[in-house]
Amino acid sequence: MTTAIVQPRVIYQRPSVLTDRPTHYCPGCGHGIVHRLIAELIDEMGLASRTIGVASVGCSVFAYDYLAVDFVESPHGRAPAVATGVRRARPEAFVFTYQGDGDLAAIGTAEIVHAAARGERITVVFVNNGIYGMTGGQMAPTTLLGQRTTSSPTGRDPGLAGYPIPITEMLALLPGVTYAARGSIADPGEIGRTKAMLRRAFEAQVWVPGLSIVEVLSTCPVGWGMTASEAMRHVGDAVVATYPLGVLVDRVAEPAGRAEGT
Amino acid sequence: MTQSASATALAMPAGAEHRREVRPVLMKGNEAMAEAAIQAGCDAYFGYPITPQAELLEHMARRMPELGRVFVQAESELGAINMGLGAAATGAKVLVSSSSPGISLMAEAMSYLAGSELPLVLINVMRGGPGLGSIGPSQSDYFQATRGHGHGDYRVPVLAPASIAEAVELVADAFELAARYRTPVMLLADGIQGQAMEPVVPVYRLPSWDAAAWELGGANGRAPRVVRSLHLSPEDLEAHNRHLQAKFADIAAREVRWAEEELEDAEVAIVAYGTAARVARTAVARGRARGLRLGLLRPTTLWPFPAEPVRRLAERVRAIVVVELSAGQMIDDVRLAADRTPVFFHGRMGGMVPTPGAILDCARTAWALTEARR
Repeated sequence: MTTAIVQPRVIYQRPSVLTDRPTHYCPGCGHGIVHRLIAELIDEMGLASRTIGVASVGCSVFAYDYLAVDFVESPHGRAPAVATGVRRARPEAFVFTYQGDGDLAAIGTAEIVHAAARGERITVVFVNNGIYGMTGGQMAPTTLLGQRTTSSPTGRDPGLAGYPIPITEMLALLPGVTYAARGSIADPGEIGRTKAMLRRAFEAQVWVPGLSIVEVLSTCPVGWGMTASEAMRHVGDAVVATYPLGVLVDRVAEPAGRAEGT
Repeated sequence: MTQSASATALAMPAGAEHRREVRPVLMKGNEAMAEAAIQAGCDAYFGYPITPQAELLEHMARRMPELGRVFVQAESELGAINMGLGAAATGAKVLVSSSSPGISLMAEAMSYLAGSELPLVLINVMRGGPGLGSIGPSQSDYFQATRGHGHGDYRVPVLAPASIAEAVELVADAFELAARYRTPVMLLADGIQGQAMEPVVPVYRLPSWDAAAWELGGANGRAPRVVRSLHLSPEDLEAHNRHLQAKFADIAAREVRWAEEELEDAEVAIVAYGTAARVARTAVARGRARGLRLGLLRPTTLWPFPAEPVRRLAERVRAIVVVELSAGQMIDDVRLAADRTPVFFHGRMGGMVPTPGAILDCARTAWALTEARR
């Protein structure tokens, strides 16, 4: 009888691009998960040495504290314009923006629509938690109907405040968008599927001209007045009912030989 | 006679000695400034159409792609200046241009550029305001330009040409100042300067530019860099502001520029910049032909303002006349410097331009009312 010696195999570790420091995010916040997915992909795709991130205004402005790549901070909503300048001036760079829903779907609507219309070769990571978290939980354009926030204290009333904006669906209409998808961080299965979407969006930028975007439905337990686990369940139940998950468009025809990257 | 308090005065244009051999060409101001930026090595231009600077955008649309450089017509002035911010963060030599209403939209990013210490050259071809105003020439953005446009404690060097030929030289200077101090720099022209055609000697110089200290390009072989203006801790933000203020003090000490014309024996001095200075020059000549000893002090940097030259001037003239294409904005800086010397004002607004006769009338009034100060 022989004894097999099982060599230890690392199956989970901190990605090298993820800095070793505690985040400032609240318990149950989704930003830490999305940061990790980005860090894993930058590692796995070998992009760290040519990545430039664009941080936007909101809780996630501090993404540059947790992702060890070059970063430029953008004014509120302007990240797609800033990323346009970065990528046009540095065509060899891998450029992504990290934007919240107040940033992308309200104040920055013009910038994201026109970056998409021009087909800027950037990737947009759009984290949608349906609320302005950093400023204290006010209503966002993505806030669900009936949802109570500090600026819609009796619940979002469409007669007063209109309807949630499905901006990723709107962007998917534009031929300059190579890939648009919506995932969530509601449970480990969804996190895995969201990572696959982010990988496809990153590959899209590497392989073909055009803008790729992944909307990630995320949480704001403090802003929503929920516990962390309630917030996760809320994403899986209520939020996906307004914002269905899935790939909205995929115009990335894999080029033969995958000329660039990976 | 051009004067400069600069301890590190900008070098004479390379090949300046050959200027006489190069034939001047007639160029429209907007096109001349655009071409000057190209010749200064501008890597990227971002703009949005607005009168009276549209030809600048159009010239760049034609020239930049053929040179393999970056040109983007943005969705708005907000888009344009923020594209400029992104490109500047990569170390690119960036030009953005607009006219008054568009510059107001760019105020946000100018504050971010100043806070993030990113160099960028912004040309404002001023038109009449407030609001949509008119498309005529104006100097009513002086406050906005010299007081920093956006929120926060910051200043931006502001260069003011009085001719298209001077504008061409100042474009190169603007890039050099931007890189030297890691700051946005504004070139303040007006609708006449944008639209008029004047002879320009097509000799250019390449400003020095070294972006190694700040450029982003991926953390390849070095620690990652962050270009930021956010400093949430009060201690950090105050320290950052102290650093910025020290830089602004350095600029104020080194980069004051102005020109003096006929001031040696002047009894009434006109202070004017840009197009107003051009008209004032004619008024000086007419006044002298009538026995009025007039002279002209022409700031070519509006910030830093030549306060000390104006103060010295105020000590030896009876009166100062400020001429502006506005209700009177630079006059505040002149009054601060002039102390107790009487300061008179002649201005036109809304696209109207002062006439030499009206300036001369104002100078005559100043002369008469200050008879006792002789």
